[in-house]
Amino acid sequence: MNKFKKFFYSQKAAPYVFVLPFIISFLLFWIYPLCSTITMSFQDIKPTGTEWVGVKNFTKLLKDGIFHTAIKNSFQYMILTLVLLIPFPMLWAVLMDSRLVKAKGFWKACLYVPALTSVVISGTLFRLMFSEYPTGQMNVITTALGLGTFKWLKVKATGLGALLLVACWRWTGVNMLYFISGLKAIDTAMYEAADIDGATAWQKFRYVTIPLLKPTTVYVLTISVYAGLAMFMESYMLWAGPDSPNNIGLTIVGYLYKRGITKNQLGYGSAVGIVLLVIALAINIVQLIVNGTLGKEED
Amino acid sequence: MKKKVLATLMTAAMLATTLVGCGGTDAGSAPAADDGAAAEAPAADDGAADDGASEEAPADDAAAAEEEIPTATFGDPNGTHMEMWTFVEIHGQHYGNMVEKWNEQNPDRTIEITCTTYPYADMHTKLLTSLNAGTGAPDICDVEIGQFPNVIAGLDTWLVPQNDTAAPYLDTMVQARMDVYSGSDGNYYGIPYHVGATVMYYNVAAMAEALGISNDDVIAKIDAVVTWDDYAALGQEYVDAIATEGKHWTSVDTAGCDWQWIAMAEYGEDWTGGMGGTANVQLESIKKMCTMEQEWVNNGLAMVSPDGHVDLEAGFQNILDHNIVSFPKAMWYMSRFTNYMPEEKGNWYIAKCPVFEAGQKCSVGIGGTGTVVTQQAGDPALASEFLCWAKMSEEGEQLIWDNLGFDVCNTVLWNDDAFAHDDSNQYNQFFINYPYDVLYSIKDDIGTVYTTAISPTINEQMCNVTLNDILENGMDVEEALQAAQDVVDLEQ
Repeated sequence: MNKFKKFFYSQKAAPYVFVLPFIISFLLFWIYPLCSTITMSFQDIKPTGTEWVGVKNFTKLLKDGIFHTAIKNSFQYMILTLVLLIPFPMLWAVLMDSRLVKAKGFWKACLYVPALTSVVISGTLFRLMFSEYPTGQMNVITTALGLGTFKWLKVKATGLGALLLVACWRWTGVNMLYFISGLKAIDTAMYEAADIDGATAWQKFRYVTIPLLKPTTVYVLTISVYAGLAMFMESYMLWAGPDSPNNIGLTIVGYLYKRGITKNQLGYGSAVGIVLLVIALAINIVQLIVNGTLGKEED
Repeated sequence: MKKKVLATLMTAAMLATTLVGCGGTDAGSAPAADDGAAAEAPAADDGAADDGASEEAPADDAAAAEEEIPTATFGDPNGTHMEMWTFVEIHGQHYGNMVEKWNEQNPDRTIEITCTTYPYADMHTKLLTSLNAGTGAPDICDVEIGQFPNVIAGLDTWLVPQNDTAAPYLDTMVQARMDVYSGSDGNYYGIPYHVGATVMYYNVAAMAEALGISNDDVIAKIDAVVTWDDYAALGQEYVDAIATEGKHWTSVDTAGCDWQWIAMAEYGEDWTGGMGGTANVQLESIKKMCTMEQEWVNNGLAMVSPDGHVDLEAGFQNILDHNIVSFPKAMWYMSRFTNYMPEEKGNWYIAKCPVFEAGQKCSVGIGGTGTVVTQQAGDPALASEFLCWAKMSEEGEQLIWDNLGFDVCNTVLWNDDAFAHDDSNQYNQFFINYPYDVLYSIKDDIGTVYTTAISPTINEQMCNVTLNDILENGMDVEEALQAAQDVVDLEQ
C-alpha cells in the first residue's frame, strides 16, 4: 500500500500517469491502425489468405480513372470550403463581437446547432430537399421563381453546390466559435490605440484583427484542409450511399469505403487511405511552413 | 476522505472522457457503417448498386435499424439451438413459421432458432468478418445475391455445400437459380427464395382512360405485343392519346441495369462472361438496348426514372402519379404495389416482356437472396436439412408465396390450381390477372445472367457513369460502352 502511495505521489511518475490514457488511446487507435494500414497497402487481402503484392496497389491507383475523379472532387470541395468557411465565419465572428448585433446568444446558438445535428438525419433531409422530383423543396422554390425544375443531384455543378450548402450549414457555426475565441484573446488596448490614431473600422479590421487572428486562422485552415479532403458522410448521405451519377459525389474517403468495405478489397482501400494521408500531410506541412507556424517554437 | 473519493471519481471521469473523446473523433471522420445503413433509402439502395438490379428487401426494413436490432426466437427451447441472421425481418419470420412445422414433423430432432435482423450493409460486413475470423458467424445466414461473390470466396472452408440435402428437391427447382448460388467448385452453397423473373407491369386503367377504350380491349392490345417494336408502337399510341407534358409510356433506369439484363437474356449473352469467364460489356444486346432506350428518351416515349430506378420513393410516386404506365421489373416488385401503392389495386396487369426478335427468351431472374449454412454451425447436417426443407419443400414454398410474395422456384407449383389461383392471396387479388399464369407461360424462357466477382464493378460503372452518360447526357452508345469496358478491364 505504502509503495503504491509513494508511486502515486511521486512527482516523477504522476505526469506519466496522467498522460497515460491519451498515450494508450493514441497508440491503440491511431498509431496501430496507421502502421497496419501501411502494411496492408502492400498486400492483397483475400478471404482465403493474404498475399504480398509490393507496390501493385499503388501502380493500379495511377491508372484508376475513378480514383482520379475522387481526388479531383475532394480537391474542388476542399478549396471551395476554404473559400466559404474561413472568410464568412470570420466576418460573423467579428459581427458577434461588435456592438452591432442584438441577441448574440441566440444567433450564436442558431449558427452552432447544425453542428450538433446528426449528419445522417440532416443528410437525409437535404437529399429529400434536393430531390429531382417536382415536389422536392428546391424544385418547388425554383418553380415558384419560374426557373423550372432541376436534376440537382445528377449534375456536377448543382451536386457540388448541395454538398457545399450542407458543409456551410454545418460548419459555419463551429468555425465562427473558433474565431470568436480568437477575438476574445485580442487585447482591447490595441483597438483603443487604433482609435486614438484615427483608424477607420475597416483599417482596424485589416491591420489589427486579421493579423492578430492569424494563429486561429492557421488552425482553422489546417483542420479545414484535412476535413475537406476527408469528407465522406455528407456525400454518402446526400446520395444515399457511396455511388452517385457520373461519380459527381465521390470523394477519396468515399472511394476508400467503396473499395475497402463494400468490395472487400482492404489492401487496395488501404492504398487509397495512404495516398489521402500523404496528400493531406504534404498540403498542411507546406501551408504551415508558408504561414510560419512550423518552427515558431525556436524563435 | 471525501476529497479522495471525489478525486478518484474525477480522475475516472477524465479518463473516460479522454477515451470517449478519442473514439468520438474517430467515428466522425471514419466511414460509420451503422449510420450509413440506418439512413439508407427505403428501398435498400445498396443492393441496387451492388447487383445493379436491386433486391427483394422490403423497403421499410432499413428504418427499423435506427431503433433496435429485432431478434426473435422460435421453436422448441429443448431442441438444437441455431442462430440465423437476415437483413429482412419477414425472412426471419419465415424460418420461425417453418421451425414450428419442422418440430411437429420431427419430434425427435427439434430445433430452436433465433433470428436476428441487421441492416443490409451491417449484416454482410459482420458475416464476412466473422467468417474471416473463424468465429462468431451464425449457423444459417441470408446473403443478398450482389454480396454472394464475397461470401462464396471462402468456398467450403466457410460454407457447407448443400448438394446432398438439396438433392430431393432439385428436380422441381429452377436450375438457373441453383446455379447462381454455386461456387467455382460447382457445389451449391446458397438456397434461393425466388426466381425473380422479370415481367412487364401495365397500368390498364390509365391506358383505358387515355385511349378511351375498355379494359379488355387494352388487355387485348397488351397481349398482342411481342417485340420491342410492338411495345414502342403501343406506347406511341398511348402518348399520342394522352398528349400531356410529363406523361410517358415508361421510364428507363440510370441507376439500375434491369433493362440491360433483359436484353442479355434475350440474346443469351452475359456481360460477366459467366463463371470464370472474361467480362465484356460491349455486347450486341447491350448496344441494342441502350440505343433503343436513348431513342425513346429523345422522342418522349420514355422518361428517365426519377432518382434512377423505379424501386425508390420517387419511383413509387411516379407510378402513383401515372407519369408512366408500364415498366419491366422482377416479380418480387409485386410486394411494392401492395405495400406502397395499395390505391392502385385492380389497375395493373402483368404480362411477359417484349423481345427483340420473336422466339427469344423473354425474361431473366433478377435479384435474390441465397441462404447459406456456415462451417461454424453447431450441427451443420441438421441446419442444412432444415434449410433446404424450409425453402424448397412445398410447405416452405407455400409460405414464401403467401407471406413474402415471391415467385417460388418450385416449378411444379406454378400451374397447381390450389397454389397459383388461390383467391385469398393478396397478390392474386391485387392484379388483374394471376401472376403465376404469366410465370407458367414463360417457364422455359427465363434466362440467366450470373453474378460473379466482377459484377459489382460492372454494375457500379453502368449505374454511376455509363447509363447516365447515355440517357441523361446523350453520349454515343459505342463511346460510353468503350469507356465502361476500360474500367472493367482494369479490374480483370
